[in-house]
Amino acid sequence: MKKDLVIIGGGPAGLAAAVAAYDSGIRDILILERDTSLGGILQQCIHNGFGLHRFGEELTGPEYAARYEQQVQERGIESLCGTMVLSVSPDKTVTAMNKQMGIFTLEATAVVLAMGCRERPRGALNIPGTRPAGIFTAGTAQRFVNMEGYMPGKEVVILGSGDIGLIMARRMTLEGAKVKAVCELMPYSGGLNRNIVQCLRDFDIPLYLSHTVSRIHGKERVTGVSIAKVDERLQVIPETETYIPCDTLLLSCGLLPENELTKSAGIPLDGITGGATVNQNRETALEGVFACGNVLHVHDLVDFVSEEAALAGNAAAAYIKGNAPAKEIALAVKPAGKVRYTVPQRIDSAKEEVTLFFRVGSVADNALLTVKCGDKVLLTKKKRRMTPGEMESVRLSPALLSEANGDLTVCVE
Amino acid sequence: MKTTELTCIVCPMGCTLTVTRNEEGEILSVEGNTCPRGVPYAKNELLHPVRTLTTTVKTANGKLLPVKTDKPIPKESLFAAMEKVNRVVAPEGVKIGDVLLADLFGANLVATADLR
Amino acid sequence: MKPTVAVIGGGVVGSLIARELTKYELKVVLIEAREDIATGASGANSAIVHGGFDPVPGTLKAKLNVEGAAMMPALTEELGVSYKNNGSLVLAFSEKEMEHVGKLYARGLENGVPGLSVLNAEELHRLEPNLSPKAVGALRCTSAGIVCPYSLAIAAAGNAVDNGAELWLASPVTAIEKDGESFVLTCGEKTLQADYVVNCAGIRSDEVSRLIGDDSFSIKPRAGEYLLLDKSEGDTVSHTIFQTPNEMGKGILVTPTVHGNLLTGPTALNIGEKGNTATTREGLAFVRETAAKSVPNLNYRAVITSFTGVRSVPDQEDFIIRFSEKDPRFLQVAGIESPGLSSAPAIAPYAVGLLAEAGLALTENKAFNGKRKSYHWFSSLSMEEKNAVIRENPAFGRVVCRCETVTEGEIVEAIHRAPRATTLDGLKHRLRSGMGRCQGGFCTPLLVEILARELDRSPMDVEKGAEGSKLLIGKTKGESV
Repeated sequence: MKKDLVIIGGGPAGLAAAVAAYDSGIRDILILERDTSLGGILQQCIHNGFGLHRFGEELTGPEYAARYEQQVQERGIESLCGTMVLSVSPDKTVTAMNKQMGIFTLEATAVVLAMGCRERPRGALNIPGTRPAGIFTAGTAQRFVNMEGYMPGKEVVILGSGDIGLIMARRMTLEGAKVKAVCELMPYSGGLNRNIVQCLRDFDIPLYLSHTVSRIHGKERVTGVSIAKVDERLQVIPETETYIPCDTLLLSCGLLPENELTKSAGIPLDGITGGATVNQNRETALEGVFACGNVLHVHDLVDFVSEEAALAGNAAAAYIKGNAPAKEIALAVKPAGKVRYTVPQRIDSAKEEVTLFFRVGSVADNALLTVKCGDKVLLTKKKRRMTPGEMESVRLSPALLSEANGDLTVCVE
Repeated sequence: MKTTELTCIVCPMGCTLTVTRNEEGEILSVEGNTCPRGVPYAKNELLHPVRTLTTTVKTANGKLLPVKTDKPIPKESLFAAMEKVNRVVAPEGVKIGDVLLADLFGANLVATADLR
Repeated sequence: MKPTVAVIGGGVVGSLIARELTKYELKVVLIEAREDIATGASGANSAIVHGGFDPVPGTLKAKLNVEGAAMMPALTEELGVSYKNNGSLVLAFSEKEMEHVGKLYARGLENGVPGLSVLNAEELHRLEPNLSPKAVGALRCTSAGIVCPYSLAIAAAGNAVDNGAELWLASPVTAIEKDGESFVLTCGEKTLQADYVVNCAGIRSDEVSRLIGDDSFSIKPRAGEYLLLDKSEGDTVSHTIFQTPNEMGKGILVTPTVHGNLLTGPTALNIGEKGNTATTREGLAFVRETAAKSVPNLNYRAVITSFTGVRSVPDQEDFIIRFSEKDPRFLQVAGIESPGLSSAPAIAPYAVGLLAEAGLALTENKAFNGKRKSYHWFSSLSMEEKNAVIRENPAFGRVVCRCETVTEGEIVEAIHRAPRATTLDGLKHRLRSGMGRCQGGFCTPLLVEILARELDRSPMDVEKGAEGSKLLIGKTKGESV
């Protein structure tokens, strides 16, 4: 079967990309979603805080998803749920499988990768101790509580202060569990300040910064954890170890883009983001294959995912119609100073304004952002505080881009 | 004069607000807000803090349905509200936005998804 | 009436002995204390098929290792279990260590190990470019391999059941009485009358032995900690890489696994408690540092899990495979530490031979079928064949574990096929569901739902593994918390 556009993933990124591509004139679109309904992870994110940028009002996850589902439905865009994509080949053949159709292949003119991300599991964190039941990633617990209606535990310690962990601290508390502590390895929280206030402080849940879970106890089921302070090198200080009895450990220690399919297509990845390297239109190194949302780099807000996905959807439409903008320049964008990465990593057209997204690797107070080309400073910007937990952005105008005659460096000091 | 620092939770920006009050507790100024919504938030937060409750309810078909209060309710009522919400069973055919429980500490409990 | 043989212990050794016994007209009962096969040492070890150059010539270890390694390819093929003849290398980092390599070579020749050669630095680094440049040479053994140990045990137990054996799970043997010539075993709530008993209780084999008053040996637990790396790292080395044993210990190995991951470990720590499978900060740090001596650029960012295996270390040098002095029909198969997995295929016929010598009548079971379909049969089909299966049973079209591509059809089959998978760990050990890079983050809720449905129990009664390891403690909405 041939398709103009195959979108892998029916979460916020995939839906927004589909709507944008449709509105740019593409009709032959197919969204492939592995779960039983569209909306992706938003379906289990029943809390509010979504949509302020995109819709100007505060929505819950399911409400935000419903808005996009409606747009997809109104346009009659085709989707297949319960469908797992098995591989994407360099010639853009997508192989997928579901119950109704078995294994089938789609020859796509363009592909949008929107597979999202997964949570960092315990093994990757290397927490010593036993391996009992009662250790969950925050997202798995969220699914059990919000979708299936089961409680994974009643006395909880949370490792990592990522937003899902904070949200789950409140959620478990409201459902009758006791959240005894949230430990954060770094000296600052990985989540939004707002969530620290309304998910922890509101319920007197202590947040221990520069702390980690140093050992898991319990043979069949978790009976407790040891927590300890860490030094500047993030190593456990043994004499600070204290024991907290609990039956559950939730992990909220970061998200990792799910790029197995991207790799199968031979598309190069950025070692820092874990996602593909892309140009300003979110086109990967493989022409006609675009990536957006958390599969590209982990976002803080779904609103920005939608925005990025629209960019990718529009660009995919232009590619299909054969009127993609000429790649008249080739600027690599390189992080420097405290900047860990940028998206996009390359710019190949100066026709339109480009918004560069980036994160810092450590807290920068009175941050000075500079965008340079060689020694030439093209732009500077000041900000009171930049933290690794919040994605930053900077706009580069066509005028600025046309001044650049070589690679760009984005630096925060 | 007394100053209090607050983290604004109106939106994900999370601005740090500095609220100055006089001896009588009257608010003299709010600083640090990026948008106008920070000022009423700061006033509310000091006098009678409110929160939007998001949770789930049981349904006629055994699945769960996500719900929220359509406006914030007093913070101290969250657990009392949960008790009431936990007794709600959404009937079949509920659509997003339908009211499932009226006057829940001054707000309505509404569905945030269609029951499918 | 057929004679009854009770095999105590569903590890790789007990399972293979039970299977071997079903080749004859016997009533075979495989008794396992835990909820599944291979939950002890067989479930967590290096997964290596050693060539056999390590054991002292003339020992049972030497004989059974070399025989077992030779039997492994055909046995795993028959049982549908993953095995790879990847070969092993013992690295030397000094001339002194090269001398030891020479000794191992000579010992291997004496033991009859095929495929041995001594490599110089150039040959070694050509063969394995990611090794430390400090390695000056190695002992190569082309007959060594890797295998999935718990799959082997599960398949052997399953094939024993296919051929008429009974499998009693969750049945710890707590008493053994004599009734004339025969034994009466109390196994949990059941009792069994048996003519012969084979004690393969692994870490608990000394305790089982004491039930008949035989305290001629004791077993000490020795913990070994491992790190498992993502499949992205699986081709860092192609051989199993050992270090030359020195005064600091036997060293840490680095090896690909049959599933394509990279495994490194184990530590060797004598521990007090037999069931203690905790990892430690020090142990894991030791594994990292010591493995880096062999392969300096190991990518520890790709670690997906760590685990501890507990080895059964006897108070004597060799395997204990003999009849008890207390009872001539009570066969001890104990102290099966390394190279136990490699030896297991040979231990089974050896043990059955001893039973025959002791008077067990062996009449061939003509109906015996040693072949067993792999749990992964579906994934080895062509696209057309898969589609035919999905048309017949659509559950094979639904991927549940996305990291390891495990379908609902395979899961349902593993739940109902002997030995039945009744827990998350049971599914993981059969299908690898939840064993991939997300470690069950996405599929756990789905697996719980399928287990609950197929076993007709509440999701709240689904367990991770052992009794008491329930995942969910109640319902939301204040119903039962």
